[in-house]
Amino acid sequence: MTTIMAISAGLSQPSSTRMLADRLAAEVKADHTETVELREYAHDITDHLLTRFANARLRPVLRRLADADGLILVTPVFTASFSGLFKSFLDIVEPDALQGKPVLIGATGGTERHSLVLEHALRPVLTYLRAVVLPTAVYAASADWGNDTDLSRRIARAAGELAAEVARRPAVGRVDPFADPVPFTDLLADISGRTDHD
Amino acid sequence: MQFGVFTVGDVTPDPTTGRAPSEHERITAMVAIALKAEEIGLDVFATGEHHNPPFVPSSPTTLLGHIGARTEKLILSTATTLITTNDPVKIAEDYAMLQHLTSGRVDLMLGRGNTAPVYPWFGQDIRQGIPLAIENYALLHRLWREDVVDWEGRFRTPLQGFTSTPRPLDGVPPFVWHGSIRSPEIAEQAAYYGDGFFHNHIFWPAEHTKRMVSLYRQRFEHYGHGSADQAIVGLGGQIFMRANSQDAIAEFRPYFDNAPVYGGGPSLEDFSADTPLTVGSPQQVIDRTLGFRDYVGDYQRQLFLVDHAGLPLKTVLEQLDLLGEHVLPVLRKEIEARTPAHVPSAPTHDSLRAAREEVTAG
Repeated sequence: MTTIMAISAGLSQPSSTRMLADRLAAEVKADHTETVELREYAHDITDHLLTRFANARLRPVLRRLADADGLILVTPVFTASFSGLFKSFLDIVEPDALQGKPVLIGATGGTERHSLVLEHALRPVLTYLRAVVLPTAVYAASADWGNDTDLSRRIARAAGELAAEVARRPAVGRVDPFADPVPFTDLLADISGRTDHD
Repeated sequence: MQFGVFTVGDVTPDPTTGRAPSEHERITAMVAIALKAEEIGLDVFATGEHHNPPFVPSSPTTLLGHIGARTEKLILSTATTLITTNDPVKIAEDYAMLQHLTSGRVDLMLGRGNTAPVYPWFGQDIRQGIPLAIENYALLHRLWREDVVDWEGRFRTPLQGFTSTPRPLDGVPPFVWHGSIRSPEIAEQAAYYGDGFFHNHIFWPAEHTKRMVSLYRQRFEHYGHGSADQAIVGLGGQIFMRANSQDAIAEFRPYFDNAPVYGGGPSLEDFSADTPLTVGSPQQVIDRTLGFRDYVGDYQRQLFLVDHAGLPLKTVLEQLDLLGEHVLPVLRKEIEARTPAHVPSAPTHDSLRAAREEVTAG
């Protein structure tokens, strides 16, 4: 059973960012798909930045994100980059939660002139998090919702890449350091084996 | 069960007046709080260790030595002693000295410290926090137990034929707690040595505290120090009381809303629901504190944070009076009644000396 989580950082209601996230999610045709709007968690995300822990509302979202087989991340373009709320959310995700996870990235904006934000801003952040970012990123400008600009074909191609990547990867398995701690003798031995800059 | 207070030693302006105490006022306030702790019958006073403003306690054994000279029963402890950036040789010497001066009323809690620049200021690297904690404690543990130590490690200059003086009082090293909010490696370390494990508790949800303590208990048993429910556990807590709970909330709210750690973030109500923070009547503090056992099991030490976020000394001393008069007697009675006989008390110098004599005699 495959689980896909789509994250929309759109702020308007209705939101074209949410629309794009939903279109992408539907096209992946996973067994289970969920879309989360960060707007609903904006205060919780800020609280996490200040208190350094996820409150009871946010904890299940972060857990489902870590457990998802694949992610769809869609942000509006604000001031030449991804939105602040989107980045704040990435800042509170556990650093290894995205490691090796297939991720489809998308963005929306008023004009197609911002489309390379996906390649120059968003893709490097996810590469830093060691996510497997799929080659096709989908940008939807306002005009794409009315004209025939191949948006549907781009959505289908990107969703197909995500579905194929999820299908060929083993199910998400996670080492629980609390259930399976590193024995103390290994911790001691590790000190002499480490270099200063690992 | 031991009860006590732990202090961060922050110099924070009182948000209701805008006035910040001077460093001198804050330091003398910490002493006054410790003396009050003894007066109301608390067992433990623990100080933080910091090397940057707005904190004052950079020299814990100086502070504790002074308090030790002015008290009779209080156990002097730390929360935490930086095992990463202090030289373990100096920790061995300083705390053994403190033991002698206070007739053994000393234990300490080791922690890594999460202020990144402190590491380079003391010639270390925060990325090596866990290896530093493990290697430095391995040396400290030997310095208190072996009269002559030959040692070579990764982080410190080697020792040949070194004897740490003074030797621990009665040949009994101070009891050590290992404190960590989120690193399973530290719970593992505490379990390996059969030392205590302290969870700060106050900044994180109970669910997380439970996981850390549970790991420590399982591994304590694994290493043969006793059953999991005999492991030595300490917890933090954070309280503010008035006879009427609405008065407590109204008075504490500006301190909460402007506190350095969580100010500007969650509401007092949300934070109280998510963490052990209890603002209300003495009865509410009693009920909440008794509830901690439900998720960590029977434990040995409860420390409360009462003197932060700019609360004036007068208010803190009133809090301690309320604690001593209305909360402590009930908690002691209730917890004693609920704790099974095979669960040990927190080790003290006397209990450790007695155990040592038993081994020597046997």
